[in-house]
Amino acid sequence: MEQKKVSLLWLFGINLFISAFTFGGGYVVVPMIRKYYVQKKGLFDEKELMDLAACAQSSPGAIAVNLAAVTGYRVAGKKGVLIGCVGAVIPPLIILTAISFFYAAFSENQIVRAVLRGMEAGVCALVVDVVLDMGRAVFQEKNRLLNILLPASFVLVFFLQANVVFVIAGSAAVSFAVGLISRRRKRDGTAV
Amino acid sequence: MELLFNLFVNFLQVGLFSFGGGYATIPLIQEYIVETQHWLTYGELTDILTISQMTPGPIAVNTSTFVGTRIAGLPGAVVATVGCVISGVLMATILYYLFRRYSGIQGVTDVLAGLRATSVGLIAASACTILMIALTGSSEFGESTQMSLATAGIFAGMLVLLRKWKWSPMLVMLVSGGIGLLLFGALGL
Repeated sequence: MEQKKVSLLWLFGINLFISAFTFGGGYVVVPMIRKYYVQKKGLFDEKELMDLAACAQSSPGAIAVNLAAVTGYRVAGKKGVLIGCVGAVIPPLIILTAISFFYAAFSENQIVRAVLRGMEAGVCALVVDVVLDMGRAVFQEKNRLLNILLPASFVLVFFLQANVVFVIAGSAAVSFAVGLISRRRKRDGTAV
Repeated sequence: MELLFNLFVNFLQVGLFSFGGGYATIPLIQEYIVETQHWLTYGELTDILTISQMTPGPIAVNTSTFVGTRIAGLPGAVVATVGCVISGVLMATILYYLFRRYSGIQGVTDVLAGLRATSVGLIAASACTILMIALTGSSEFGESTQMSLATAGIFAGMLVLLRKWKWSPMLVMLVSGGIGLLLFGALGL
């Protein structure tokens, strides 16, 4: 990979900026990265951006922070990981620290409570909207295993109060085993 | 010291097991932070989700900062946040490194596809829980028989605006807050 030179200060600043202005979750960060890293600075191309985004999305935790880490790694190595992450985390850290100090007074205010109650219903609608879109994307893959895993994990957690971590570990194990068996069958040519 | 360690370990688990970003953290926060450690109530959790919609930054980082600050001040916020992002950051970087060296390890791809499907199921379960709390004030079936029709109305209306007219999340938050002020504040429902 040809390394284009980029200063760590620029990397820190751009992550600070992107993080401070991305409302509405990790997926919004991808177009911002495209604008500044790909189009303005030409640090890597669109296809590589998709690879970076796939790694960030496949890993646990906050996608925006993961993306800051991998893009930092791509343009400045290990130092870039640290600088990118610190830049990405500082704005929410400052804002939420301030909010948590004022939260008690803030949440007892009648007007604020009324607004928050309305917004609570709005948040529910947002989450349901996301679930419908994500669910449709999973079902569109037309993979029998995935079609079972999705509703099964919902039922286990919501109705049977199963531990979330067990459900995740179980689904990882099942996916790995089913993938292994189906590949072995294909290789041996024994269609069952 | 023990408290900081405890914060770190719990948020490490939240970070480690939430696949799919954003809303996928909600079930884990529910499990570790609300139900096991009782560092947050369900009401506060929905407040944080609401605040997260109005401020920049990931839900996971917002929650870890909020809880960390309340429990152990600024050091708590930093420790909880580091715990919550570190596993994703390391895994994403290592994955990218491996990705470039040996492209396409089929076993890893299988597991990731399975985890994505499971994560949608888990988010759906969390969506049902917070919806029940918003509507009835309780997360258990049959514990409360009263349902807030006003809340149900806002929820249904906003969902239609999101699905049919593709409203932006920011606009949905502003309008639902405004309706809340009118219904719960001015009319006292």
